Amino acid sequence: MQESTVITRSEEKSSPYAVEMRDIYKAWPGVVASNHVNLQVKKGEIHALVGENGAGKSTLMNILYGIVKPDSGEVLINGTAVHISGPRDAIRLGIGMVHQHFMLIPPLTVAENIVLGSEPGGIAAPYDRKRARADILALSKRYGLPIDPDLRIEKLSVGQQQRVEILKMLYRGADILVMDEPTGVLTPQETDELFLVLRDLVKQGKTIIFITHKLREVLEITDAITVLRRGQNVGELVTKQTNQREIARAMVGRDVLLRVEKTPANPGPVVLHVHDLEAQSDRDLACLHKVSLDVHAGEILGIAGVEGNGQTELVEVLTGMRKPTGGEITMADVKDGQAGTPKNITTMGARGVRVAGMSHIPEDRRESGLVITESIEDNSILGRHRWQQFSWRGMVLQLKNIASWAQKLIDEFDVRTPSATAAMSTLSGGNQQKLIIARELEANPIVLIASQPTRGVDIGAIEFIHRQLIAQRDAGKAVLLISAELDEIRSLSDRIAVMYEGQIVDIVSPDATEEELGILMTGGHQDPQ
Amino acid sequence: MFFPILGRVLISADFWQASLQFAALLLLPALGGLLSERSGVINLAMEGLMLIGAYVGVMMAIATHSVWLGVLGAVIAGGLLALVHAIVSINFMANQTVSGIAINLAALGLTNFLLPIQTQGQGIRALDDALRLPQLHWGPLANIPFIGPVLFQQNIIFYVAIIILVGIQFLLFRTNIGLRIRAVGEHPHAADTAGVNVRLVRYACVVSSGLLSGLAGAFLSLGIAGIFNQNMTAGQGYIALAAVIFGKYTPVGAAAACLVFGLGEALSPRLQDTGISANLLGTLPYLLTLVALVGLVGRTTAPAADGVPYEPASE
Ligand SMILES: Nc1ncnc2c1ncn2[C@@H]1O[C@H](COP(=O)(O)OP(=O)(O)OP(=O)(O)O)[C@@H](O)[C@H]1O
Ligand SMILES: [Mg+2]
Repeated sequence: MQESTVITRSEEKSSPYAVEMRDIYKAWPGVVASNHVNLQVKKGEIHALVGENGAGKSTLMNILYGIVKPDSGEVLINGTAVHISGPRDAIRLGIGMVHQHFMLIPPLTVAENIVLGSEPGGIAAPYDRKRARADILALSKRYGLPIDPDLRIEKLSVGQQQRVEILKMLYRGADILVMDEPTGVLTPQETDELFLVLRDLVKQGKTIIFITHKLREVLEITDAITVLRRGQNVGELVTKQTNQREIARAMVGRDVLLRVEKTPANPGPVVLHVHDLEAQSDRDLACLHKVSLDVHAGEILGIAGVEGNGQTELVEVLTGMRKPTGGEITMADVKDGQAGTPKNITTMGARGVRVAGMSHIPEDRRESGLVITESIEDNSILGRHRWQQFSWRGMVLQLKNIASWAQKLIDEFDVRTPSATAAMSTLSGGNQQKLIIARELEANPIVLIASQPTRGVDIGAIEFIHRQLIAQRDAGKAVLLISAELDEIRSLSDRIAVMYEGQIVDIVSPDATEEELGILMTGGHQDPQ
Repeated sequence: MFFPILGRVLISADFWQASLQFAALLLLPALGGLLSERSGVINLAMEGLMLIGAYVGVMMAIATHSVWLGVLGAVIAGGLLALVHAIVSINFMANQTVSGIAINLAALGLTNFLLPIQTQGQGIRALDDALRLPQLHWGPLANIPFIGPVLFQQNIIFYVAIIILVGIQFLLFRTNIGLRIRAVGEHPHAADTAGVNVRLVRYACVVSSGLLSGLAGAFLSLGIAGIFNQNMTAGQGYIALAAVIFGKYTPVGAAAACLVFGLGEALSPRLQDTGISANLLGTLPYLLTLVALVGLVGRTTAPAADGVPYEPASE
């Protein structure tokens, strides 16, 4: 141990790498997450780490941060071999990490979250709220990350939480910043702001490792790229000398269709009818104002809007998770191109609307799509557990049928997991999402509500999910698509409804330009006719 | 018949003094349990920890002829037994509820077993005054009518408990250590990634619950009773846990709940003249308390990670 430090001491100054990971091997039960991976990150660069869901990106970074112990391999920081046995070691070495799932403590304040573990005055001192505040405000000013230190985390939007995570790293004086899918939950505007901050950080000499599934971002912000596939390092690229197509091919191992292919829609009768819907937000403020919509069989209606303009609440009301304060929702079955009698589903509740034939891909998979600690099998029948094939008289589970059902979902939707009995929490984020989509689509719904369906999934899977959504449409389902990705909305939808401050301000064709939509989304134009 | 007696009890200094004494007795294990739960370790073991403390306290006091060494022994014994709970639930990640109950049963069995052996089957005679924890008498203050006996003629541990209450309230909400404790109990993973030693914090909190419960045990045997009897804690440890929950996991809240329970415990023996069954009376204060707490206190939320073992680096 001592010897190695002596030997590497001379190397230290000459090493151009802030981070070097050599021959890292890590196996989980049934999967090799890291199969002799090498990673070299130059000082002062933004280095992209890309790869499919489950390729081992998070695992590799968790090893660097000391959260996961590798089976073998070596880590060098600034040319010195180091042993990182926990986050405390990583912090001491100047490594900071924003995790894929935020590591914030909801009931504590922003300031408390930021200073935790490195409090001013040291462990034995009283909590110095004033100094914590002042330090944070200074940092926040210096890096252009505005935040109120006294707010509780639970009151913040995801974008603000992201800012807190970044400040947390900077407060600890990290020079090597690891960001695991930081843009996954950000709006395009928030992403732009984040990129400004990242450029600024690099100028100050920081090194950044950046994980994302959005190739546009890779090209825009990074200098070099490492591609992982199924736990192996399959390529190092220089951003300036490559393009989306090449990166995608390296990631997936085949050519990927980056654009959606679809035929014109063939809409049938109205299936989902929403009339004058009103609802209140969690803070008891009116958040939906007379929302009216019709979704036809065989069409995808997209909802565009800056996040927080009532989309979340609209979906909650439609799926029976929030009680509306006014208005009506009806749903009709379609047989041979003819709509049946519409059923009023306004107050049916979550179970009622499911039974009536609605499927829902929720925006927050951990919150309302999955029971993360339970097995894939259990999760595969969540909400459908009363079906005859899954439970005898709705009481005794039919384990064999459930197992074969789960296996079918895994096979058809390419969910990467060693076994159907594995806990949901052992799946990579994107694979968790694929399982939800599999479950919801295989239920053969009349109406499909897809909320941020491709959040956190890789490009291969995005292509797949997009195809599935269009297949649903072509099979005559009514699809309501909500997404923060304007590209996704524009390329999939047959009509686009724009939401602003709880109202549908206009319904436009998907040929509308990004600018036109942008203006509507920010309340620029409201058509009174 | 009932109400006149109740009225007389409620205005007697003796009743209030006893209530406060009971409250202080419950407060110590409650504060210990609170620290443990706040750090994310469910702790049902206060009952057993108190009992061990009570037993070791008396035995040590008799053996060393010093009440203070007895208290020290009680505190250490509580701490050691709590260490078992810590090891079992933090390192071995066993079910914390089961571990707590097992410790209670073990403490009961152990004291029942040792008592006749160590006393040659005679049991313990009532302790001499010299081996009992002193009642303090705060000079002229103690002579104020009503207030004097209630507040200024209590056992020394009563005042210690109040100091510890203030200390833990401060520790939890005004110090860096307290911040770490709360963080670990809410979201150990986040605390770990921020550089907090999750296991160390949990160990310290669980062991503290043993130290405090052990002290309460000494208060019971060396202070209040002046003797050790089999199973003399009789459920107080569980009541302390209830106080933690009703007190919304804050020291001051737990203290208020302990006071209510203390009133209840002091009330029932004093209402025996009313002719109502003593057993029934014994339950009445608790029933009223439950109703009041449901109405006044409302929903309490445990720390988010309470009872969830934490595995640091995945192997
Ligand atoms: N705690 C764990 N236990 C068992 N298997 C795990 C665990 N964590 C990850 N894995 C497995 O290791 C593999 C790599 O997962 P990892 O989270 O590193 O993927 P990723 O590249 O970050 O994917 P994503 O883009 O979906 O976040 C996956 O097959 C995953 O199921
Ligand atoms: Mg990941």
